[in-house]
Amino acid sequence: MNIPSVVAQLVFFLVALLTLISGFLTVTFRNVFHAGLALVGTFFGVAALYLMLEAEFLAVVQVLIYIGAIAVLILFAIMLTRGLMQSETSNINKQWAWAALAIAVLFLGMFLIILQVPWVHSGGAIYRDIVPFLGTQLLTTYLLPFEVVSVLLLAALVGAFIIARE
Amino acid sequence: MDIWSFITNPFVSISQLINNVITSILTSLGVPADITRIVVFLIMAIITITILLLLAPGMMMYMTWLERKLVARMQDRLGPNRVGPFGLLQPIADMIKFLTKEDIVPEGVDGPVHLLAPIVVVIPVILSFAVIQFGVGLGAVDLNLALLYLVALGSVATIGVFMAGFGSHNKFALIGGMRAAAQIISYEIPQVLALSIPVLLAGSISLTGIVQAQSGLFGLGWFIFYIPVGPIAFLVYLIAATAEVNRVPFDLPEAESELVAGYHTEYSGMKFGLFYLAEFLNTFLISAIAATVFFGGWQGPFVAQVPVLGIVYFFGKTILLITVQLWFRGTLPRIRVDQLMNFGWKRLVPISLALVLFTAATLWAYRFVMLALKSLGG
Repeated sequence: MNIPSVVAQLVFFLVALLTLISGFLTVTFRNVFHAGLALVGTFFGVAALYLMLEAEFLAVVQVLIYIGAIAVLILFAIMLTRGLMQSETSNINKQWAWAALAIAVLFLGMFLIILQVPWVHSGGAIYRDIVPFLGTQLLTTYLLPFEVVSVLLLAALVGAFIIARE
Repeated sequence: MDIWSFITNPFVSISQLINNVITSILTSLGVPADITRIVVFLIMAIITITILLLLAPGMMMYMTWLERKLVARMQDRLGPNRVGPFGLLQPIADMIKFLTKEDIVPEGVDGPVHLLAPIVVVIPVILSFAVIQFGVGLGAVDLNLALLYLVALGSVATIGVFMAGFGSHNKFALIGGMRAAAQIISYEIPQVLALSIPVLLAGSISLTGIVQAQSGLFGLGWFIFYIPVGPIAFLVYLIAATAEVNRVPFDLPEAESELVAGYHTEYSGMKFGLFYLAEFLNTFLISAIAATVFFGGWQGPFVAQVPVLGIVYFFGKTILLITVQLWFRGTLPRIRVDQLMNFGWKRLVPISLALVLFTAATLWAYRFVMLALKSLGG
């Protein structure tokens, strides 16, 4: 085994460990704001995993969308709605049993699917210059879904204007 | 390597020289080729990172000097003039003062969040320096996603501002943090839309690609000259970016007269220094991005013959744009929150959307006409 792949594996385990730890902290922190911050850590870990898979575009988009937009929205909502000093809450409410059941079923389902899928090894055929390729594909093969999504986002933006005007 | 090419392109030449020397030393020691490559790569990376980490605080220190001097002149004062000639050593004295100040952490703060906030604010800014092209071939990384990378990192800083506002457990800090976040989110949209104009014109989101697309007209084919979209996109970008880094006239998150110091009220010593560092580095960064995507980056006359001129052009343009922002600070009053939101959502966003549509339509029409002419000619 050569040195680069050993280093790559070590880095992978480190990143995976940090991702899992922050994911675990997300669901165990009793302070909602802290949980939100731990979620940011999880997103960063996932972005780092994308980087290790040489999917730079996905990594950057992960940071931009999940941290720059979604996590910020979550933290913003927490800061707007929670009392600052009494933000310690219990992690468990009356629905915990049903939630645990649903999660268990979901986990089992995904686990079985992952086991059954015949994973294709690309055999080193990785697109080095992914951005032009992705751009071309979005504007030719996948034009319709791309345009539908952009119209949806534009509608949301215009909707925000309308609500703000009132 | 001849002397002329060394003089006209010293930095790239020195880096190649170091690279060759290390490679030949390792090869003569009998180190295998693949390990040599890794070691050389690591050493070059460490050198580059060190230069960037020294450049960033150095720029920041002299930007504070420039700001104090310029604003003082605008207000008919002299500014710092006691430490060194023209007060040039003042930033160094200030830095020593920052480093030796006591770090006071109030009792009621949320320990880890309060501690991490300044770090989370500074790291994205310093990471952004990795993709800036300071001259011909003088960028740490030539990322083909550079612009997207910069936008993504810019959005991460919001988290740090939130952490500072929330972790301080102080109402001024909280209000400042909320204002900052609302402002950053609102002005990110026109900022990114304005940045997409040069992307459309250049057909690339790599900073190198965008700079190279502006090489026409004797090194003056800058996108700012693409009337009318260039100047409008630049103005939209400048306004939105100024708002995003919370500078005057958009400094509501740290409005001294209302909020003490906004989200960094509860910080002292070097932690406050880090917020200050991030603010100035952000100013440098937005000026550098604007210089790169609208003013041709290192492009200019004679760059092809004398590559070292690229550094002069890049820093000249960047410092000029920084000066424009300092000029804002010296002249404009702070705007109100409702004005801020109205201006962002009802003026900048529609303008930038229309701009993107117009640019794309024009480019399409231009290509269509060119194709038609070509088929007629052939």
